[in-house]
Amino acid sequence: MEIIMETTISKIKTLNSVIDPSLKKVPKIELQDVKVWYDDFLAIKGIDMTIKQNSVTAFIGPSGCGKSTFLRLINRMNDYVDGFKMEGKIKIDGDNIYKKKVNVEELRKKIGMVFQKPNPFPKSIFENVAYGLKIQGITDKNFISERVESSLKQVALWEEVKDDLKKSGMALSGGQQQRLCIARTLAVEPSIILMDEPTSALDPISTAKIEELIYHLKEKYTIVIVTHNMQQASRISDFTAFFYLGELIEYDKTKTIFTNPEKTQTENYITGRFG
Amino acid sequence: MNNIRKNRWKDQIFKYWGIFCTLIGLVLLVVFMGNIVIDGISRISWDFLTKLPSRKPENSGIFTALMGSIWILLLTTIIAFPIGVAAGIYLEEYSKKNRLSGILEINISNLAGVPSIIYGLLGLEVFVRIMGLGPSVLAGSLTLSLLILPIVIVATRESIKAVPSSIKDASYALGASKWQTIWYQILPASGGGILTGVILALSRAVGETAPLIVVGALAYVPFAPQGPLDEFSVLPIQIFNWISRPQAGFIENAAAAIIILLAITFVMNGIAVYFRNKWQKKWK
Repeated sequence: MEIIMETTISKIKTLNSVIDPSLKKVPKIELQDVKVWYDDFLAIKGIDMTIKQNSVTAFIGPSGCGKSTFLRLINRMNDYVDGFKMEGKIKIDGDNIYKKKVNVEELRKKIGMVFQKPNPFPKSIFENVAYGLKIQGITDKNFISERVESSLKQVALWEEVKDDLKKSGMALSGGQQQRLCIARTLAVEPSIILMDEPTSALDPISTAKIEELIYHLKEKYTIVIVTHNMQQASRISDFTAFFYLGELIEYDKTKTIFTNPEKTQTENYITGRFG
Repeated sequence: MNNIRKNRWKDQIFKYWGIFCTLIGLVLLVVFMGNIVIDGISRISWDFLTKLPSRKPENSGIFTALMGSIWILLLTTIIAFPIGVAAGIYLEEYSKKNRLSGILEINISNLAGVPSIIYGLLGLEVFVRIMGLGPSVLAGSLTLSLLILPIVIVATRESIKAVPSSIKDASYALGASKWQTIWYQILPASGGGILTGVILALSRAVGETAPLIVVGALAYVPFAPQGPLDEFSVLPIQIFNWISRPQAGFIENAAAAIIILLAITFVMNGIAVYFRNKWQKKWK
């Protein structure tokens, strides 16, 4: 019975998503009373949060406040961490991703991730972007090269590398590597992109390029970005969440957070008085 | 000032002590090898490699022992390589880090230090008697496989550990399964290290004598092994046997056989170095 119920519900849901043009009002990511432990240490102390579709949401807060842990919950990258334990619900498009039956690999194809340090594979530029498709078992060469090209174009790297796609991804500059990593993520067509301090290892010019890229990507993707750079958060994000010691202190429109924060802790942090 | 000068002195003294220690090893090795080469080089010829052992030193060759060593080497590779690498991958990538895996880890490291003759006794009981393989090439190879498994496992684990976790993260984040990440990222990146470890372990196996004597390898076999269940001898046992003879001719033979054995070991180590360098260039 339950299974039948569930399929009916999901049918109705898909129907709704076809009919309802105001889908954007449905939260893309919904976190309910999320708690995380590493062994006995309570790293996330019960957080509720909703993240909107096609928006850029910035996580800010001092080091060790749990924002990276929180980000990695969304694509279940903490699963392999020893001593990790989690409570609560995280729903993406309404489905709890921590249910037992969830296929983590499938989930991660929908949720891309860009890391702090550019981490291209020690393979060619082409293979880097094609990797996500290859592991899905896609062998159609035309399809793959088209997707590689379009992904590299989206990150504005195509013009710079189109003549040496066979060159190792490691031979690119830091900023190019990071754009390559974003292209690699885009190639599998996720709907959400998580970014963990994507520009902290880059020079200002490369940072500006990535920021511009994020601004454009928001049209197609929902973006969550962890950043230590207050200016960056205020420049690129629509919403900002301030974390402190495993708690979500304040979460609002970026404008509100940076001009008129409710809590003094938030104000102290963004004005640089602590953290 | 005084302190700085003192430290500089200490630095110098340690430097020269280090040079001295390095030279001791090198000089002794050169003297030893020079000695062997002078004794044995005149005996090395195609005949020496292809003739069977004989009662007369000048008619003796190492064919059966050489073939035995090659058989042992091949079978040991076939047995130890897949098992050792798979176990290393499992311990590093799959097993949860808990007390059991900790105990397992310590024991494997300890096994690498168990005297080889103990493995020989184990092989004699399990492979020769219980499994009924007799004193065969297969029993010898299985015994040597046990002997080098810990080394292969540890080498595999170390190589896998050296793969940056950022690469694994990137692969998982794109939706790769564990196996895909291992196959497409971890193994290619750590392959050089794994191969190097395996080859070095094998070159140790080629030189082992004690466990094979216990298993029942013969000092004199009139034929080269034709299959894995045949009786066999290996180079180190042949050398041991010749050295214990009174005739001067056999001492020459032993020296010549040592040259061959050393050559095999050096070539294997050379291959290991080659692989390591080639891989490093490709992956960095």
